This record gives sequence, structure tokens and C-alpha cells, in this order.
Amino acid sequence: MKYEVVIGLEIHAELSTQSKVFCGCSTKFGAAPNTQCCPICIGMPGVLPLINKKALEYTIKAGLALNCSIARYTKMDRKNYFYPDLPRACQISQYDMPVCQNGYLDIVVNGSTRRIGINRIHLEEDAGKLLHDQYADSTLVDLNRSGVPLIEIVTEPDLRSAEEAKVFLETLRTILRYIDVSDCKMEEGSLRCDVNISIRPEGQKEFGVRTEMKNLNSFRAVYRAIEYEANRQIAIMEEGGTVLRETRRWDEGAGKSFSMRAKEHAQDYRYFPEPDLPPIEIDDEWVEEIRRQIPELPDQKRRRYVEEYGLPEYDAGILTSSKDLADYFENCVKLYENPKAISNWLMGDFLRLVNEKNIEISDVPVTAENLVKLLKLIDSKVISGPIAKTVFEEMFNTGKDPEAIVEEKGLKQITDRDELVKVIKRVLEENPKSVEDYKKGKKKALGFLVGQTMKATRGKANPQLVNEILLEELEK
Amino acid sequence: MELYKLTVHEAVDLINKKEVTYQQIVQSALQQIHEVDKDVKAFITLTDERALEDSRQLDAVKADEEGLSVLAGIPFGVEDNICTQGVRTTCASKMLDNFVPPYSATAFSRIARQRGVLMGKLNTDEFSMGLTTETSYFHETRNPWDLNRIAGGASAGAAAAVAADEVFYALATDTGGSLRRAAAFCGVVGLKPTYGMVSRYGVISSGSSMDQVGPIAKNVKDCALVFQAIAGSDKADPMTATARVADYVGALADDIKGLRIGLLRECFDKGIDKDVKEAVLNAAKTLEGLGAHVEEISLPSVELAPAAHCVILSAEVSSNLGRYDGIKYGYRVERCQDLDDLYKKTRTQGFGDEVKLRVMLGTYALSAGNYERYYLQALKVRTIIKAELEKAFEKFDAVVLPTCSTTAWKFGDKVDSALAMFLADKYTAPASIAGVPAITIPCGFDVNGLPIGMQLMGKPFSEATLLRIAFTFEQNTDYHIKRPAIDWR
Amino acid sequence: MEITVKDVEYLAEAAKFEFTEDEKQKFAQALSDVINAVDVLAQTDTQGVQPTIYVISVKNVFREDEVLPSMDRDILLKNAADVQDGCYRVPKVVE
Ligand SMILES: [Mg+2]
Ligand SMILES: [Zn+2]
Repeated sequence: MKYEVVIGLEIHAELSTQSKVFCGCSTKFGAAPNTQCCPICIGMPGVLPLINKKALEYTIKAGLALNCSIARYTKMDRKNYFYPDLPRACQISQYDMPVCQNGYLDIVVNGSTRRIGINRIHLEEDAGKLLHDQYADSTLVDLNRSGVPLIEIVTEPDLRSAEEAKVFLETLRTILRYIDVSDCKMEEGSLRCDVNISIRPEGQKEFGVRTEMKNLNSFRAVYRAIEYEANRQIAIMEEGGTVLRETRRWDEGAGKSFSMRAKEHAQDYRYFPEPDLPPIEIDDEWVEEIRRQIPELPDQKRRRYVEEYGLPEYDAGILTSSKDLADYFENCVKLYENPKAISNWLMGDFLRLVNEKNIEISDVPVTAENLVKLLKLIDSKVISGPIAKTVFEEMFNTGKDPEAIVEEKGLKQITDRDELVKVIKRVLEENPKSVEDYKKGKKKALGFLVGQTMKATRGKANPQLVNEILLEELEK
Repeated sequence: MELYKLTVHEAVDLINKKEVTYQQIVQSALQQIHEVDKDVKAFITLTDERALEDSRQLDAVKADEEGLSVLAGIPFGVEDNICTQGVRTTCASKMLDNFVPPYSATAFSRIARQRGVLMGKLNTDEFSMGLTTETSYFHETRNPWDLNRIAGGASAGAAAAVAADEVFYALATDTGGSLRRAAAFCGVVGLKPTYGMVSRYGVISSGSSMDQVGPIAKNVKDCALVFQAIAGSDKADPMTATARVADYVGALADDIKGLRIGLLRECFDKGIDKDVKEAVLNAAKTLEGLGAHVEEISLPSVELAPAAHCVILSAEVSSNLGRYDGIKYGYRVERCQDLDDLYKKTRTQGFGDEVKLRVMLGTYALSAGNYERYYLQALKVRTIIKAELEKAFEKFDAVVLPTCSTTAWKFGDKVDSALAMFLADKYTAPASIAGVPAITIPCGFDVNGLPIGMQLMGKPFSEATLLRIAFTFEQNTDYHIKRPAIDWR
Repeated sequence: MEITVKDVEYLAEAAKFEFTEDEKQKFAQALSDVINAVDVLAQTDTQGVQPTIYVISVKNVFREDEVLPSMDRDILLKNAADVQDGCYRVPKVVE
């Protein structure tokens, strides 16, 4: 039988506010344990939470970017349960009045667009961190992360494959970074994803029993876990068994998921309105003000790049995959009239070096001005294409001006015809075999001779001119 | 002179005339505490050394500088569910027996900033769950009017300390009537402010949507002085954002001519002591005689207030008390097998039965399947009560009713339980449920010579009017002058 | 409505208490008494009535996104019963 996989995601993204959501403690990552805590975020008796306005605005911003409707009246609720990382034994979250509802996100998978529904986005606080490894018989509790603002994004069960889930997450991450509400670093836990997954025979309307998978720490883990879990469920069905409603833990090392707890006795969180926080009214004016802060989103940008700059879809997709890269591109375009040439450089050596050196685009020392200068040096034939690559690498390492590098290292292109004729004559003398080959009709030999000429000039010869002269000389 | 017997404003007069020093006043209060507290047992923690040091410093300041606040140097006490930085704050529970908060409640800070002198922390019921302080982990507080009787609950320590002249006034909390009940039982004045009028920051949460801090004092003027000091918005409690402060001391005119006062009919129908009924009805007559229009009023839904209060309080308590898990502060069991065992043993040993019952009740009311029938229904009934009161306050400046249906009973006469509390909250729960202000003042004595309290409820932020009515009543009666007849020495 | 011993066991688990059989009986009775007393609420007609969560009309009270100094860790941990390496220590948590 053929099965269809049904996937819904619950994504927690830490908001990039400076301070926590209910107190003034810093949200900076990596501080010594319990040094970013106060009576409020460790839940001492009698202290009261205060909502960080920016955290709420970021939630609204995310909702707008994901096409949600924004609640005009909302409140915070308490979710009650005991766990050492939850100092008040209740998490301040939202239950029946999330800030955002009924949105969607369009994703492009294998060239076709799929619309994935967003059920809701709500604001809540993060829990602390448990450190399990130091001691055999005890666990340590670090509450630095307790109270860091989170948005929980819940999708509709609209995803149908591991690939779709992966693309959804990538697209979502790009958007959240675009609108600057979260840095979405999975490795630092600022983006986390739980996966609800079930299978059903193709054509069946009702959903199958779903399992929830936790501890997915990378996009790769999400992909693998879905593949694994879908196959596990299919195998159970094939054998005539039934899938249990349960929570499972993904073990990336083992490449397997393990049952954590059966969901038969679903935990009763006894949600009720947070009595310590006044309700929130969001008027149109406020929503519009936040909407105005949303930059052009990747999807729109991609389409515009194709139309306005005549870029291929592929280029537009890559250039808009990060806001920093898109901004960089646009800065260059303002200074230089050939968008495709810029795109080629960015997608080529630029991104290669970014990846090799594992740095952020915002930290690349090459300014848009200098990159454009480099392109102009090529256009005006001051340097050759191959030399430009060398110059760029130097620019990338030092941040220096390309003209200065060319000057310093004497990399100017040789465009003096007489000088080149001399060199080429020597090359031809030294390679009689190739000359013979060429004359016999082996056109490939020309490439070799060009290469030898470039070598002889240490790459500085104008390749076009070299071609021209070589042909002349060979025809003689 | 017995300085400890003075009211705040009398003491201030003497200080200003340089007839007494701050040290003399504090020493006098301390002497009285040493004299009587072995019987009254109002205190859990005494801060006597700190108090003496404070008064020494104040005298030094006073010598070369005028302009200290009226509350400067005046000895006061604080109910032990209000956090005081560096002074242990127990909530009368084993759970917080050794808890020393690194912060102070705003209400306390505001008095401390005016250089009031803290004498110590006052007994209460465990996490305010009780009527008699019998649930206190430490001891029972006894009524200065009759040591065999309760002083009320939960704010019994605060009311008894004021009645026994151990402190000039106290800060106490009121969630369903505990401040008012204790004040009435001890024959002193107690004000529960409008919800959101006094910051709850640093007040150990019980019923978060009803908790308020208020003063207990020997007379209305002192009550107004203290309220003036603690009232007003505080950035640390978002619920105070709309607080409107008036000139409460300035409002104390001996004049209620033309004020309209409703006399709550439902209170006098059944289940009320004869003496209490008589005293409150007489008090209403007195108000009428002083020029107020007094008229009977019926508010049928207030009968539902205790039930609604009970459910909402329990629900909030069940969540608020989750934080006591033995990890970050408070009691922790020594030995446990695992995390779950740590939680259970710590909480089972750290809390008394009344608290456990309350927490389970709230857990029940919020559970799936019960939420609508109990918690949500209580919130809807709250709407009905609130609307009925709002309507009444369109017509009346205040509503008069008894504070309690009885006077203080003897220890052991009634079982302290959630159910008993429920019944005792009959007259105090409506103001708590609706968040409106209410004041209790002495209005008579029963056949045993025990004080009776009259309660005045008003619309939100009408404390000035309530204080004025109370002040006028006090100026024209002498119930507040009578002190407990016990000869301490 | 009667609260059974089984109910008490469920509530005790949720609230993290442990009771002897006698205590369970006692709490079942005490809880039943209160539950019966508050049943007047369920009998009240509240059709069309909105719940009142907040008794005063306060809304939109926010703090700005400003970092304030955190509390000194030694002061913060002072009230804790078991501290190790600047952390609260609990029995091994198995996930
Ligand atoms: Mg969540
Ligand atoms: Zn904090």
C-alpha cells in the first residue's frame, strides 16, 4: 500500500530582545550559570512579571510576516507543571487568545509552490537549562535562559514530506531573520522544532495516530527524524499493528527515535489567565506601525530581482536567501549597472570564501564599493579575470582597496601588443608539438597555448588579445 | 508617660515639640512588646536591635534637620507575608521558615523610605489560609481583649499587635477579608484598598487577583496617614498603573452631610449575632443622625461572593504555591530517592493541611472537565456581583454592612477549615471579589465586651470618601478610644 | 458532587503531595464539603455573562526592552538548600 506522511511542526524561536520577557535580565548567550537571573526570573515569592513591549511587538511582526491575523485583544495565561527548569512551576504562555492566528507561508519545493498553514503564533517564556553531565547522581539547574522570550509557531498538518518540512524551516528561518526578530541559531537553541507526524493510506481523509518528536537540533535532524519515523510507522501498519500516541525522542547519534512517554494520560496543564499581567489591546494603528517596519520579504524580493534585474530564478533565490546577502547585492547594484556580473561574483568566490572561513556576511571585510571597483578594473581591462580572483581573495583577507592591491603587486594586465607578440613568439618556439597539432586541426591545442602564454605572463596578459595574436601567428 | 499608647499623630506632635525622642518612643513600644507579646504572641520575628539603631540614627538626624516625614521614627509591624529585605519572611509556614528575601515589598519600602521603624514581622495563618492563626507553623495569636479568643485570621498578628499597643500601626494583607476580620475582632481600624491601589510587589502571592496590602491602625487618621504613604502606582506591579491617589488626610472632615449610604439588607436576615446586628444598625442610625441619607439596599448576588471567592482564590493559590519545590529557596527534605520524591516530600512536609487542601481544591477547579463548572463559572459570577455593586454605587457613596457576623470566638470553638473560612468571608468577600475598597471601624461591643466592626464599602478609588465617613463616625463616637481591659502589668 | 479517594490521589499527584490512606479519606471529605458548598455557582444562571478576570480596567502596561543588572549570584543562591558550581542542584533528572 502507498502511504501519505502528514507532518505538523511546532517551532520555538527565541526573540532577539536585549532583555528577558518579564524582567530586565540580559538574554545574552553563553554567560556563566545563573548570572543573568533575578528574583523575577527565578520565581521568588512575591515578585511580579512585567511584559517586555518589544517581545510583544516582535510577536506581532512575525505574525504579519507570516500572513496571520493579529488579535485585537489578548492576554497571557499560565501553564502549570513541575519541572526543575521551570522555577514558578508554571510557564507564562498563551492559551485561548494567541497574538497571531490563521496565517500561512508559501514554500517552493522542487520548483512548485506549496502553501503551508500557520495555525497560531503565541508569546511565551523560555525555561532554564538542565546540566546532566557533570555528576552521576545529580542534575544542575541554570536559569539564565528562564524568561527569555519565545514565540511558538504552530503549523497546520499541511506538510507531506521530510523535504517539505526542511524547506519550510529554512524559509521560516530566512523570514524571521529578515524581519530581525530572532537569530534562529539552532546550535544555540534559539530555534527549536518539535515534529508531529502521522501516516495514512493514500486517499484516506482521516488522519492517522500521530507521534510527537522532540530534541531535533538541526535541519538535518528534522529531515532524518521524519524519514525514520515515517518508515517506522509504515512498518507498524504493514505488520498490522497500531501506532501509539506518544512523545518520542530523536537520538541523532543513533539515527533513531525512542519512546519518551505514552500520551494516553495527556498531562493536564490547567491553563488559566495570568492574574498578575494586565490584558493587552492592540489597535490598528499599532499593527500598521509594526507592519511598516517589515522589510521586503524574500519571496517578493526574489520576484523583483528576476523582473527588475533580469536575474535567473536560481540567482535570485540564492541572493535573497539571506537578508544580509540581498542587502549587499543591492548596494552593489546601486553602483554598477551589470547585476548578473555582481550575482556571479557573489554566488561564486564571495560565498565560497564566506563558507570556507565560516563568517557572517555582515563581517565580510570587502565593501560593496570595493567589489564594484574590482568589477570595473576587469571591465576596463586593467586586470584579467583570473587575476581578479587573486585580487578578490586578497581583498577578502585584508579588506584592502583592489586598486591598491593591483598596484602593490604589479598585477596590471599586459595590453601592449608588441610586448605580447614577443612573448607569444617565444611560447610558439618552445612548443612546436602543439603548433603542429593545431595545424593538423586539433583546435584544442590553442587552449594549451593560451594557457602557456598566461603562465609566461603570470596571468597578466589580456586573454582576448592573447587569443587574437595567437591565431594570427598560427595562421602565418 | 506611656508613649506606646499614643496614636501616630499624637506621637508626631510630641516629637515635633521636642518633648520626646525617637528612642524613647521605640523603647516604649519595645517595652510593651516584651511585656505583652508572651501572651498575645503577635510576632514571629522581632527586629528590636535594628529598631533601636534606627531610632538612634533618627534622633541624630533630628538634632540638625527638620522635615522628616510624619511616619519617621514611628514603630510599626508588618504581616509576615510581606517581604522585608534581610529580615526573614515566613508566611507562617515551615516552607519559608528560613527564607530571607533579598528584596522588599514596595509597600514596606515606601514606609521604610519615610524612616518608619520596623519592630518585626507579625503572625498570620500559613499562606493566609485560615481564620484564627491556628494554621500558623509558629503559634496562635491571641486576642488582646480576651486571651482565650482568636484575634482573627489571617492578619491576626497585625491586628492584635496594634490593639495591644505593641506597634502604632501595621501593614497587613487582605485577599478575602483577613485584614478586615482581624481588625474588627481586635477593635481597630483596617482598610482594604481598591485592587491596584497599593503595589503587590514583594507581597507573597495568595489570590493574585484579589491580594491587597492595607493599613491596620488605632484610628482613622492614622489609617489615612499610612495609606497615603503606601498608595499609588508602582512600576513593579503593573496592576497599579491606573491608581489614582487623593489627599486622604485632607479628606478627613467631620462632615458627611448629604452623603448617600446604603444599608445592606441581605446581611441582617440570618446567621448574624444579635449584638453585632444591633451595633451595626445603631451605627447606621448614627450616620443618619450625622446628616447622611441612609437607605436600605438589596444586593442579592453578594450571597454568591464567598463561593466565587473560594474558587478563584483556590485556583490562584494552587498555581502560586507551585514554586515551593525545595530547589531555589525554602524548606527542602533532606533525603529523597529522585526528583519526584523531592517534590512530594518537600511539599508534603513543608505545607500544613489547610494549604494542601486549598491547593488541591484549586487544582480540582482548574482541571480539565471542571474548569467551566467551577473556575470559569466563578469568574462569571464575579461579573454579576461586580455589576450589581457598580449599580449600587451609582446611587450610593458607600454601603454599610457588618465586617463579621460574630465577634471573636474562643479557640477550639470552630474548626478552622476552608469551609469555615468560606462562611466567615460572607461579608468581606464581596469587596474582594469586585476589587472595591472597604474599611472596618469599631462600632460597638458585644455582651462579652468584645469589639464589633462596621464595614463600609465604596466604589473603586473612593478611599477618601470611606475614610471621611469613618472619620466622622469616629469623631462622634468613642468606641475607638476603648482599649483592651487586660492589665498587662 | 463527591470527591473520592481516587480523585484525591489524582490531585495529590498533580500538586505533588503524598498522603496516607487516612489522610486521603480526610481530604476527600473536606474537599467534598467545599465542593458542595460552592456548587451554588453552578446553579447560577450565567448565560451571556462574560467572565471577569481583571477587576480593574487596566491594560497595556509594558516595560521597555532595557537590560537591568541581574542579581549577584551569591545573593540569589543564598536561600537555596543545595548549590553546586553556581547552580541549583537536584536529583538526577532522567528525560
Ligand atoms: Mg510552548
Ligand atoms: Zn531576571
